[in-house]
Amino acid sequence: MTDQAMPADMLLDVRDLRTGFALREGYVRAVDGASFHVRRGETIGVVGESGCGKSITARTILRIAGTSDDSLAGKVIFRRSSGEVTDLLELPHSGREIRRIRGAEIAMIFQEPMTAFSPVHTIGNQIIEAIRLHQSISKEEARTAAVDMLRRVEMSSAEKRIDAYPHQLSGGMRQRAMIAMALVCRPQLLLADEPTTALDVTTQAQILGLIRQLKDDLGMSVMMITHDLGVVAETAQTVAVMYLGKVVEMADVKSLFRDPKHPYTRALLASIPKLGRRAGEPLHPVKGMVPSPFNRPIGCPFHTRCPSAMPGICEKSMPGKTTVAGGHTVSCFLFGEGDKAEEQSA
Amino acid sequence: MAGYVLQRLLLVIPTVFVISIITFVIIQLPPGDFLTSYIATLESGGQVVDQAQIDALRAQYGLGEPVYVQYWKWVVGVLSGDFGHSFQWKRPVVDLIGERMALTIALSVASLLLVWAISLPIGIYSAVRQYSPGDYFFTFISFVGLGVPNFLFALVLMWWAYSQFGMSVGGLFSPQYADAPWSLAKVLDFLSHLWIPAAVLAIGGIAGLIRIMRANLLDELPKLYVTTARAKGMGETSLVLKYPVRVALNPFVSTIGWTLPGLVSGSIIVSVVLNLPTTGPMLLTALQSQDMYLAGAILLMLSILTVIGTLISDVLLAWLDPRIRFN
Repeated sequence: MTDQAMPADMLLDVRDLRTGFALREGYVRAVDGASFHVRRGETIGVVGESGCGKSITARTILRIAGTSDDSLAGKVIFRRSSGEVTDLLELPHSGREIRRIRGAEIAMIFQEPMTAFSPVHTIGNQIIEAIRLHQSISKEEARTAAVDMLRRVEMSSAEKRIDAYPHQLSGGMRQRAMIAMALVCRPQLLLADEPTTALDVTTQAQILGLIRQLKDDLGMSVMMITHDLGVVAETAQTVAVMYLGKVVEMADVKSLFRDPKHPYTRALLASIPKLGRRAGEPLHPVKGMVPSPFNRPIGCPFHTRCPSAMPGICEKSMPGKTTVAGGHTVSCFLFGEGDKAEEQSA
Repeated sequence: MAGYVLQRLLLVIPTVFVISIITFVIIQLPPGDFLTSYIATLESGGQVVDQAQIDALRAQYGLGEPVYVQYWKWVVGVLSGDFGHSFQWKRPVVDLIGERMALTIALSVASLLLVWAISLPIGIYSAVRQYSPGDYFFTFISFVGLGVPNFLFALVLMWWAYSQFGMSVGGLFSPQYADAPWSLAKVLDFLSHLWIPAAVLAIGGIAGLIRIMRANLLDELPKLYVTTARAKGMGETSLVLKYPVRVALNPFVSTIGWTLPGLVSGSIIVSVVLNLPTTGPMLLTALQSQDMYLAGAILLMLSILTVIGTLISDVLLAWLDPRIRFN
C-alpha cells in the first residue's frame, strides 16, 4: 500500500483517472487521465467547457457515474475520517463501504436543485433520510438536526419550510435545502457540481458566500466544479483546468489568474468580457469547436484549437505534467515534456 | 386535500346527470321500442295481442309520449331504486342485475388486484434490469399477453383444465350452489371458482401494465433526484422503491379510471365463453332484443363505474403527488 501513501494534509488524491461510456456511436472517453488533489480545508475549482468531464470526474469519485467498472482506471485515494486511506475505485460501486462514504464523508450538490429533489417528498423527508442513513437516531432527533441545518443555511422559518415540497420553494431556497441535505452529516469533502449555474446572479453570490462560510465553519474541503472563472476566483484557493477529460493545468488561484501557462487557460481567461471594455470591441471566444468525443485528437487534445501549437510535436504525444513553479503544474510542450517519474510521484 | 376531494365529489353529480341523458338517448335510438318487437313476435307466433295490456304497458312507461317525459319517468324511477322492468325477462331490472353487478364487481376487483400484484414488480424488474435476459423474457411474455385475445386464453384454459384434471371451469359456482342462497359454503365455492376468470381477465391488463410501468420507470431512473439519493448513500433497492417507483406510479394510478369499466365491459366475451353470471352477457342480449330498461341500467352502471374509477384515480393522484394537491 506504499503507493497509497499521502501527505497528512491531503484529503483526496486523484491520479490518472480514466473512465468512459460505451454508446451506440462509439466509446466516449469522458475522463482521460485526470490528476489533481484536494487538501484538507481547501476549495479547489475545477474549470472547463461543457463536456470536458468535470461532472463525470466528481461522480466517479462517489462511484455514481453509472459507468462500467471495466472502464475505470487510475486511483482515487481518499483519507477517511477514521484516518484510513482507501482507493475508492477499488470498492464495489454499490457495496456497503462506498455507501458509508457517500453522504457521510463525501457529499454532492447539483446544478438543478429542482430536479435534484424528489418532487413527491418533502425536503424534510429527504434530509431526515440522509441523516438516518448514516446515524442511528430517532426520527424526532433527526428532524431537530434537519431544522438546525436548514437554519445554518439561512433558510427563513426553517420549522415550517422543512415540510415544504420542492416546488413550493424558490430556486435559491431549493439550493439552500440541497446544501443542508449534503452537509447534514458533516462530510469532509463537498463536491459542488455547478451549484450556482441555474440561479440568478444575486442568489448566486449568496449561495457562494454560504458555501464558503460553511466550509470554514465545518472545516471541510470543497471541489467546486464550474465553467465560470468568476466563481473560481470568488471561492477557490486552487484551480484545476480540464480540457477533454484531462487536467491541463493546476495552480493556486493567484498564479493561475496572474500567470496562466497553458494556451487553453490563457484562451479561457481572454474570453471573459472585461468591465470597461469599449462597446463594439470584439469578444475573444476560444477558437474552434470542442472536438467530437468519439474522435479525440491524438497527442495533446488541445492542439486542434491551440494558437501556439507546434507542428510535429503536439499532435504526436501527450505532454506530461511539468512543474513550472511551486504547486503550479502544466501539461504543455511549451513548458517541457513532463517531470521525471520520480519527481511526479513525490 | 379535503377541499379537493369535495370538489371532485360535487363534479360527479353533473357528470352522472349528463351521462344518464346520453344513456337514455342511446337506448332510445333504435327505431321502434320493445313493445313493437314484442307485438311482432307474438303475432308471428299466431297469438292474439291483448290491446288493453299493450296500452297499460304503454302508459306505465310513457312509451309514445315525448322523449323528455319518458326520460323523466325513468330518472325518477332510477333515483328511487326502480330501474324499470325488463320486458324480456318479465322481472324488475333491479332483481336481475343486482346480484350480477355484485359478482361482476367482485370479479373485476379480483382481477384488478391480480393485475397490480403481478405487473408492478415485473415492470420494476424489467426497467431496473433493462435488456437483461429476464427483461427480454417478460417483454416477450407481455407482448404475447397483449396480442392474444382474452377469450382465447379462456378457451385454452378450459380445455387444459378439462383434459388434464377433468375439471369444468365454467361459471362462478358449482352446480349445487348456483341457485342456493348465500352461505359461507357458497362464498368459499365462489372464491375457489373466482381465480380462473380473474386470471383470464387479468392477463391482458398485466401485459399492458408491465409495459407501462417499465416505460414510466425507465423515464424516471436517469433523473437527477435518483442520483441525489444514490449520493446520499442509499441502498439501490430501497432507493428505487422510494423515489422513481413512487413517481412512476402517478401515470399508473390515473389508468384506474378506465381499467375499472374496461374490466367490466371487456369481460363480455370471456363471460360468455366461461359462462359467468356477470352483467356482460346480459348487456349483450338486452341490446340485441331492445330490452331498453335493462340495457339502460347496465349502461348507466358502467358509466358510473367509469366516473367512480376516475374519481378514485384523481384522489389517489392528489394523495401521491403534492404538485397536484397544492396547485
